[in-house]
Amino acid sequence: MTTHRRDFLRTFTAGAAALALPRLVFSATARPHVVVVGGGFGGATAARYLRMWSERSVEVTLIERESSFVSCPLSNLVIAGLQRMDDITLGYDRLHSHWGVRRVTDEAIGLDFGRRTVSTARHGAIPYDRLVLAPGVEMLSARIDGLSGQEDRIPHAWKAGVQTATLRRQLEAMPDGGVFAMSIPRAPYRCPPGPYERACLVAHYLRTRKPRSKVLVFDANAGIVAKQALFQQAFARYGDMIDYRPNSTLLGVDAATREAEFEFERVRADVLNPIPPMRAGNIAAAGGLALVNDAWVDVDWLTLGASGLPGVHVIGDAVFPAPGMPKSGHMANQHAKVAAAAILNELAGVPPNPTPVVMNTCYSFVDERAAMHVASVHQWDAGRSQLLPVPDAGGLSAAATAAEGRAALQWAHAIWADTLG
Amino acid sequence: MRTTFLAGALALTGTIGAACAQDDVQDPHLARNLAATCASCHGAGGRSVFEPLLGQPRAKLLHTLDDFRTGKRDATIMHQIVRGYTDAQLELVADWFSRQKEDGGSE
Repeated sequence: MTTHRRDFLRTFTAGAAALALPRLVFSATARPHVVVVGGGFGGATAARYLRMWSERSVEVTLIERESSFVSCPLSNLVIAGLQRMDDITLGYDRLHSHWGVRRVTDEAIGLDFGRRTVSTARHGAIPYDRLVLAPGVEMLSARIDGLSGQEDRIPHAWKAGVQTATLRRQLEAMPDGGVFAMSIPRAPYRCPPGPYERACLVAHYLRTRKPRSKVLVFDANAGIVAKQALFQQAFARYGDMIDYRPNSTLLGVDAATREAEFEFERVRADVLNPIPPMRAGNIAAAGGLALVNDAWVDVDWLTLGASGLPGVHVIGDAVFPAPGMPKSGHMANQHAKVAAAAILNELAGVPPNPTPVVMNTCYSFVDERAAMHVASVHQWDAGRSQLLPVPDAGGLSAAATAAEGRAALQWAHAIWADTLG
Repeated sequence: MRTTFLAGALALTGTIGAACAQDDVQDPHLARNLAATCASCHGAGGRSVFEPLLGQPRAKLLHTLDDFRTGKRDATIMHQIVRGYTDAQLELVADWFSRQKEDGGSE
């Protein structure tokens, strides 16, 4: 890999001399500094790849409020009692020890694009030369009457962590014959197939241990958003246990009685799991980035650059999606690589890659062993300045199988390694 | 056609930093970037739980990819993914992985 290092440095110095970029001094004492906000699949991947591809010649600081990485993929297995929290909890150690990423365990609370700083809750203002925002999603609990501040009683568990464990405990405590009710927000939201996977896995647990129970699925959408035919088959295998109701928008909840009010009905549940509407993580809105539909950040798809903000890149779930592009951990990992390549090219005075490619793989479990996938490859369309799915590529599983269940577990371990180094 | 493209790509990757020699603008790190789309599952370095790609002969990788495309080789997902890339892109990817050495994940 020594050639690679030489190549990068050569590009680097040549470009710097040619362009003489302001604010950046290309010397051994002042290396370019990239700050990454958010340590999920997108942010962690960006931090690792910036260090790896620059042969450690670019300094990287990763600001993340949590001290460990908890994977949303496989977290529905924890809720169903098929995996433990430990299985989906990983450290950021290698990003620091092996890749030399500076870790700041703190919350980013403000952005100053003029001064090029990120303000944090406890570490003051951190200066950057280039900024990568990977803030994930913010749950808009306030849009549901009675939901704000009640996450310990009626968890969404749509960010893996404490709430995942809470929801698991509630299911364990639920009596046989009880009702598990969940609600799904209108798309786009994080992980399109995730709610339907959860319904299947909760039903699997209940069928095994509490077979008189019910799973009520209230979907604000007109129908199943992802892998529709496959999930219809999966639901059917649970017979009457899963009751799926489309066009059902959640309006309010009562945390004390665990009642949920929808447009046309009101239900009482033993375990209530409302997944609220979402938008880009708070730092995007707090930083003054323009939001499409008051929710998602508009980006230039060639570089994942925030529109109108040179030197600022936004990746992952926070982004206003290109057509046919899901909000997934896999896609965030792929966004990160396009952004990292664009940043390093730009620091070296080279135009961004004119033909970026990203791809997505997403597995969903339907019981304790069978899973099914959806995959897509997104190529640059110069005419539309978009990354668009290749029409004859990608696709779905023919059916959920145990072989794909094994592949799904392998996929998770592989992408954790690629993301966290 | 295949060989011409590959020769061009190799020439290009050998002279990163110089202005693009070809008329059509191609990124100096195109092969690396394309290979990174595979790395989410197959790993950027070191071992992978899926089919390891690092250091595999280029011809073998291209052959396997072709077998996925034609259906000669059974797959759960690769037959769908391989169709998303052009032949030229697959050659760049195969060439890139064939030139990498397994080094325990440092690169």
